[in-house]
Amino acid sequence: MISIKGLTKTYAGGFHALRSVDLEIRRGEIFALLGPNGAGKTTLINVVCGIANATSGDIVVDGYDIDADYRQTRSKIGLVPQEMASESFETVWNTCRFSRGLFGKPANAKHIEKVLKSLSLWDKKDTISMELSGGMKRRVLIAKALSHEPDILFLDEPTAGVDVELRQDMWNVVAGLSKEGVTVILTTHYIEEAEQLADRVGVINHGEIILVERKEKLMRDLGKKQLVLHLQEPLTEVPAQLANYHLELSDDGRGLTYSYDTKQNSTGITALLGELRSADIHFNDLETSQSSLEDIFVDLVHTDR
Amino acid sequence: MNFHAVKAIYRYEMARMFRTVVQSIVAPVLSTSLYFVIFGAAIGSRITEIDGVSYGSFIVPGLIMLSIMTESISNSSFAIYFPKFTGTIYEVLSAPVSYGEVVLGYVGAATSKSLIIGMIILTTASFFVDIEIAHPLVMITFLLLTCVSFCLFGFILGVWATGWEKLTIVPILVIMPLTFLGGTFYSISMLPPVWQTISLFNPVVYLISGFRWSFYENADVSVGLSLGITVGFLIFCLLIVRWIFKTGYRLRS
Repeated sequence: MISIKGLTKTYAGGFHALRSVDLEIRRGEIFALLGPNGAGKTTLINVVCGIANATSGDIVVDGYDIDADYRQTRSKIGLVPQEMASESFETVWNTCRFSRGLFGKPANAKHIEKVLKSLSLWDKKDTISMELSGGMKRRVLIAKALSHEPDILFLDEPTAGVDVELRQDMWNVVAGLSKEGVTVILTTHYIEEAEQLADRVGVINHGEIILVERKEKLMRDLGKKQLVLHLQEPLTEVPAQLANYHLELSDDGRGLTYSYDTKQNSTGITALLGELRSADIHFNDLETSQSSLEDIFVDLVHTDR
Repeated sequence: MNFHAVKAIYRYEMARMFRTVVQSIVAPVLSTSLYFVIFGAAIGSRITEIDGVSYGSFIVPGLIMLSIMTESISNSSFAIYFPKFTGTIYEVLSAPVSYGEVVLGYVGAATSKSLIIGMIILTTASFFVDIEIAHPLVMITFLLLTCVSFCLFGFILGVWATGWEKLTIVPILVIMPLTFLGGTFYSISMLPPVWQTISLFNPVVYLISGFRWSFYENADVSVGLSLGITVGFLIFCLLIVRWIFKTGYRLRS
């Protein structure tokens, strides 16, 4: 749906925001673009949407070049910006109607009504933006983007500053759009959001795409599993005979943590339990946990430094 | 052409005018009425006729020009600066619209507002003084050209401005003096020869002179030259606007 090749963006001051970015976004998928502050996420979105000019590179949206065929590409794209930009003195209804017209669509009150209802904004349709809460303003930005029925939706930090309930509502909206065939690209600080919604995940750092992978594969390949044993008697140190397992002992000496890789033929758990028994170390409980996308993201970005 | 986009921008901007009707319409009409009371009735009664026209009637074209120039710049500069200030400009920049359509929407709305104000002031003036319009078509042409070119100039100003101070500095320090010294309240022929020559470097002189000719057939400079300067200014503004959108100057990073 979107093909980005060799995209570079250097600002007037010499800052390299994007360094030869190659990225393919598939039709109908939810793609999460993760990266720390200043990594280039918003710049990438701005260039694709036409808000910023690329220094070099090619971007094709649904077969159309974003510069030569800007009318075709932009009419397919809806953008929810990171900044809370609102037309303070306009009503919610008027601002959505404006967005629809601006993107070349004839008036359609029923569609705007549907969008506002889906975002729980219907009872606020005659309220001016400046009287809305931060969360509501965020919803209005989404409503504006959906007013012109885009095939592709860019959500730049869509749930920043909104409460948990609203976030869940927005996730439902995004999931619903995806079911309708809308391609969704979202950047987020809430890795939980990407974990919940995304089909594929891309990680960007210092203006370069570090990796792009299916979410499940990423978590399977780069994720770690841990086994935590709660000991009956505290230890002062890990016995030398268990050194090969690289165990971590908790501060109180009662917790032993073993990290293992599920992709290996053997996890080493059976052998570890045998070694513990022979070392006369007993435990009264155990639990396993899997690293989250957040852990993987932090590892990736940290390694890239 | 993205007709819906032009209509959306135009409608949005016109709605802003009706939302702020006191500021948009009542204020310029009130200030112009005060000019008529002070210069037309109080002081004007002690001034002799200028080129056979009573002083109160003489200043009408100049006052209309003064108002529409000020309002054109103010309306269109604010129209584009405010979305830049609030960040909502992202939507216009990411929309499938050409720069011509954006300008048509914003400048079209600002021009409409200025024309409405111009007509209201003309009507208001008719309550205070006798007005005759010798060449209505020429009057409309000058009015339209001035509104469009100064709205374009205001648009350029709004794009250029990076703060509220910059937005107001040009109208106050450049446009206002040029307008007051451009023959709004007097005929250039009333000045000493040196100042007459200096005045000819003021482009506003040509606008007011041409516009006044359409009323009373009195002009400081030839009507053809006035029209030429007005059209020249319009083309100059159009070229700058074109350059702004080609380069993305202060709009696209």
